[in-house]
Amino acid sequence: MSKKSTSLWVFVPLVGFVALAILLASGLGRNPEELPSALAGKPVPEFSKPSLLSGDTLTEERLHGQWQLLNVWGTWCPTCYVEHPYLLELAERGVPIVGMDYKDEDDKARDYLARYGNPFTEVIVDADGQLGLDLGVYGAPETFLINPRGEIVLRHVGEMNPRAWDEKFAPVLRQAGNPLGGPR
Amino acid sequence: MIRALMLLTLLLAAPLQAAIDLYQFDDNAQQDRFHRLTEELRCPKCQNQSIADSDAEIARDMRERVARMIREGRSNEEIVQFFVARYGDFVSYRPPVNERTAILWVGPVALLILGGLGILLLARRASRRVEEDDAE
Repeated sequence: MSKKSTSLWVFVPLVGFVALAILLASGLGRNPEELPSALAGKPVPEFSKPSLLSGDTLTEERLHGQWQLLNVWGTWCPTCYVEHPYLLELAERGVPIVGMDYKDEDDKARDYLARYGNPFTEVIVDADGQLGLDLGVYGAPETFLINPRGEIVLRHVGEMNPRAWDEKFAPVLRQAGNPLGGPR
Repeated sequence: MIRALMLLTLLLAAPLQAAIDLYQFDDNAQQDRFHRLTEELRCPKCQNQSIADSDAEIARDMRERVARMIREGRSNEEIVQFFVARYGDFVSYRPPVNERTAILWVGPVALLILGGLGILLLARRASRRVEEDDAE
């Protein structure tokens, strides 16, 4: 073998290193909190929970029949305060939002809604967090988009804001021909 | 004196032990399964901790659910499946082998073989050169 081909082999580790560096660097830019929802495309799990507003018993049936949001919140969750005004704005625009009061105290939750306004058409009380567990929730806020068949179409972890709405929620609604998604 | 101090320390530590052992099981086998499962399941909130290690609320809920499912007589596989169905493959520290995780399982072995072959080639070449030098 010639001297020349030997010298080319020297670069193999360098090329390998650069390739590995690029691979690892691409992973750095991703948000590790952003887990793919294992439940996308699956129906909302069965549940039977009290309503914060009326005290009636609510089941998964409540999430059937129309496109709506399921927003997981709690008075203990700082980001929920941040996103609350935007939820009110969405509700104003006619987006039906079902709240899920996650691992919270009923009195505090009622005070919260009285003080900051209520964007929710209904509030499911999940005091023990078991429905949250079934939904794959691991914190708050989280927002799910539920279709009329009661299936989870997408899940947004973290603050609900205009950007999340425009980039994630509105396109799905537009595609489904729902006017809430804005003009096609 | 030292004995008395040691006894005191032990007595003071007793409630700590009780605080850790919250879950009641029928037998030691169930207890062992609980420890193994909670070590194997990953906390989705505080990533890089198992649910056994984590103090997060969600980890506590998950531990409770694991304990309950063990008491209900569910198998280890069923319990892991339960969490994977909700939180994705991510939740298991032992992800299944499929096309998305293949690189995790095959990657290191493939790199090892490639590296080994490379070294072997280089070594052969070096020894051949030494022979050639000797022949000259």
